[in-house]
Amino acid sequence: MTRDEITTGLAEILEEVAGVTPDDVAEGKSFTDDLDVDSLSMVEVVVAAEEKFGVKIPDNEVQNLKTVGDAVSYIEAQS
Amino acid sequence: MAHTDVVVTGLGATTPLGGDVASTWDAMLNGQSGVSALTPDWAEQLPVRIAAQLAVEPAELLDRIKLRRLDRSEAIAIIAANQAWADAGLADSGLDSERLGVSVGSGIGGALTLLNQDDILEASGPRRVSPHTIPMLMPNGPAAWVGLELQARAGVHSVASACATGAEAITLGMDMIRAGRADVVVAGGTEAVIHPLPIAGFSSMRAMSTRNDEPEKASRPWDKARDGFVLGEGAGVLVLERADHAAARGAQVYARLAGAGVTSDGYDIVQPHPEGVGAIRAITKAITDADIDRGDIMHVNAHATSTPVGDLAEIKALRQALGDHPVLTATKSMSGHLLGAAGALESIATILAIRDGVVPPTINLDDPDDGLDLDVAANKARHLEIPAALNNSFGFGGHNVALVFTRA
Repeated sequence: MTRDEITTGLAEILEEVAGVTPDDVAEGKSFTDDLDVDSLSMVEVVVAAEEKFGVKIPDNEVQNLKTVGDAVSYIEAQS
Repeated sequence: MAHTDVVVTGLGATTPLGGDVASTWDAMLNGQSGVSALTPDWAEQLPVRIAAQLAVEPAELLDRIKLRRLDRSEAIAIIAANQAWADAGLADSGLDSERLGVSVGSGIGGALTLLNQDDILEASGPRRVSPHTIPMLMPNGPAAWVGLELQARAGVHSVASACATGAEAITLGMDMIRAGRADVVVAGGTEAVIHPLPIAGFSSMRAMSTRNDEPEKASRPWDKARDGFVLGEGAGVLVLERADHAAARGAQVYARLAGAGVTSDGYDIVQPHPEGVGAIRAITKAITDADIDRGDIMHVNAHATSTPVGDLAEIKALRQALGDHPVLTATKSMSGHLLGAAGALESIATILAIRDGVVPPTINLDDPDDGLDLDVAANKARHLEIPAALNNSFGFGGHNVALVFTRA
């Protein structure tokens, strides 16, 4: 799966869970500061991403995933 | 004792009769029933397959993302509170948020969330349980969300006294203003528990009507053929305001909240005292608190839920506490029983009855029970000058709340 495909997949999750406009989702965007995803919604995003991409994202990793790009890299490395 | 005057300056509701106060009141005056058949598959196995369901779904008014984190009882509390807030004209009034309080309760709380998330837990495991579960099911959730929505900072309270909740929440709001803790309090009740478990629970108590083939006729307070209450869902919210605060900003005033009486039976967890002693004391206290003569009470919006025992016990209490002059009604005949929201919705009906000089009907009162020896606006609205009116609410646990509203 390419980075673009992972980004698109994350954008779908972010729209479903937090109402983020898909066009706003890009690798450089911060989940909290740019996309307004709060901590509870981030938990939902993580669980949905695990399911969608068939990966495990442990709680202690989530704090390192500040931006969409961080998440894409993590998912890319795991899958 | 002279109290700080408290007035009602805004109303909001979403009910089985309408998505707002105007449509709900209109339906009441026209004697419409909000009760209908329950059509989901889960209803098939239940002894009770009718309910008074919301006329307007919350999804028509709140966006999908917001609804994901709200229990249905929270969503409708927000909807009703926003209506009341707009109605009171407080949006851009410059009200100090530290002088704004909230008192919104629920009889049962976020049961739909609890039960739905338990289904997810059983089917998919703990990681799939929503991180929003706790704020959705916590009993203070509706009050907290309303407080957040309106940025209330004088204290957010969540009363729970079963079917007396809405009325008791209004009492607490009045007390906050009288005690000087707030200038404005958004007060009321909310309930949304149309789900097989609560229905099965009430049904096992033999408290609910099983008139499944005639939903609109099922809620029939004081009628000989009544066989229990009909579960309803909805929310009602009042804006209570210190009278001089309302006057200073030139606010509309619907009515005065002149007094309240709250008592507890100390008798049985679900049965009311057979002589209605606790109810009589509550009504008497409310009249004393309002500092009026009982003869001024021309109208009563009764608790009357359509149960065989409760309806007549209340009649006895009203006769003893007030005499036989007031014109009674039971709007639950139309709205169903909104449990924790009932006292709030019925306060709204009481206030509008005073304002418009009309008592809404008690529908389905075709064959009055022998014990009904007071005057009821049966099946048709009745025009009447109402200087003061009473709203009764009683709840499992032996809670009795009586509210007195007077003309502005």
